[in-house]
Amino acid sequence: MYTEKVMEHFRNPRNMGEIQDADGVGTVGNPVCGDMMTIYIKVKDNRIEDIKFKTFGCGAAIATSSMITELAKGKTLEEALKITRKDVADALEGLPPVKMHCSNLAADALKAAIEDYYKKQKGKVEKQ
Amino acid sequence: MVATKKIYMDHVAGKPVDPRVIEAIMPFIKDFYGNPSSIHSFGHGPKKALEEARAKIAKLINAEKHESIIFTSGATESNNLAIKGVAYRNMDKGKHVIASSIEHMSVINPCKYLKTIGFDVTFLPVDKYGLVDLDSLERELREETVLVSIQYANSEIGTVQPIREISQIVHRKNAYLHVDATAANGQIPIDVQKDGIDLLTLSSNDMYGPRGVGALYIRSGVHIEPIIHGGGQERGLRSGTENVPGIVGFGKAAEIAVNEMQAESERLSRLRDKLIKGLLEAIPYAFLNGHPTNRLPDNAAVRFSFIEGESILLSLDMMGVAVSSGSACTAKTLEPSHVLLAIGLKHEEAHGSVLFTLGRQNTEDEVEYVIQIMPDIVKRLRAMSPLTPKELLS
Repeated sequence: MYTEKVMEHFRNPRNMGEIQDADGVGTVGNPVCGDMMTIYIKVKDNRIEDIKFKTFGCGAAIATSSMITELAKGKTLEEALKITRKDVADALEGLPPVKMHCSNLAADALKAAIEDYYKKQKGKVEKQ
Repeated sequence: MVATKKIYMDHVAGKPVDPRVIEAIMPFIKDFYGNPSSIHSFGHGPKKALEEARAKIAKLINAEKHESIIFTSGATESNNLAIKGVAYRNMDKGKHVIASSIEHMSVINPCKYLKTIGFDVTFLPVDKYGLVDLDSLERELREETVLVSIQYANSEIGTVQPIREISQIVHRKNAYLHVDATAANGQIPIDVQKDGIDLLTLSSNDMYGPRGVGALYIRSGVHIEPIIHGGGQERGLRSGTENVPGIVGFGKAAEIAVNEMQAESERLSRLRDKLIKGLLEAIPYAFLNGHPTNRLPDNAAVRFSFIEGESILLSLDMMGVAVSSGSACTAKTLEPSHVLLAIGLKHEEAHGSVLFTLGRQNTEDEVEYVIQIMPDIVKRLRAMSPLTPKELLS
């Protein structure tokens, strides 16, 4: 039911883990629904220099988390914000229809992490 | 990573057909193609085989008459026939039906359907082990109650119900008791007379027979309306030319179960206990779903905190082991299993459930292999999960 690409990311997830001194952190979903993911980003010169994820969920949830870290790494924040759920599913050569909605949260988690980064930056500017 | 081992521990999803059953079926596919209803000689062999199979099924459950067995297309049809058939026929007594909240969907949904045509339906709660609450059964039974439907045992959590006690309560109020024995048949001895069962659902594949065949036992004297009308086969209760090859295979499977059930169930119970004990000892925050002792011999239902069942299923599949998960994500709906929620698990607990169902081909070595690989699978997924407490990761 999953594509080989999904299984490959499930077997060997890229960029799994936490960034202790992350510049932005975004969490979406919740354990009640069966899917929850956190994305950590490190930003340098407006680019995503490092990105990591932690995910509770099914195969699709883990594979989409892994894929979004690959898609976002090295991109500018503006470019990264443009990554959609569909981009993630396409990069994985498709997801089963039932997974498109519930488990395909990675793009939302990335957005949340970038928004968190912007908020923190704004906080820093205001402090100065 | 391609696993060299292939270990099947998902017998709840489907069982291999016993080679002796296949052998028994073959002549009825190749040579004895006649219709059992035909009067000419081509009908004789199939008719005789059909009645022999009926006798074997009757023997398996100690039915008082062979004719009490009605062949169907499977457990789903048997459950539909029992529930709708009794409800339609006994409306003059009342329009109230009771079922447990952990029944199979082929019981739950016919009951919900009855609701849409004016019946009153009560779903009984169960305790944390999945045992039906007998006090609420007693309370909910009314003069108008025509049918109570309670499964013999649950396929997802393995819990076996106290059917005899349930039967006494139901019969005190003059309602019929239907028992879905799909998960239990061929694994634990069933005696419809001693157990006090009015209608019993049986499934062929669940005892290593072919798919597409089942039966409904209907005690003599129980009034029921057919739901499939046609040529009047099966005493008019289930029209349609009989699936002779399937029924012959079902009969053979029942015969094998009668002879081998006791020894095989003892063997499986030992393997089951070893698997449960091994997993719970090797892995922290692992728990058993269902009753610790009143459970089906083949059923080891275990849940792991902080991770999700489908991920565990896929990880086991990578290692060559096939299981089921109680997780939403493998199903057509996004909700966790209604059974796991009914025993009081939180959504996130239900999501972490994995179901191992053992069978004739499983060996002790295979159980040991699973116990050996499972801790690393759980560890890897917990390392990925934002829910895992820090101290578990070190």
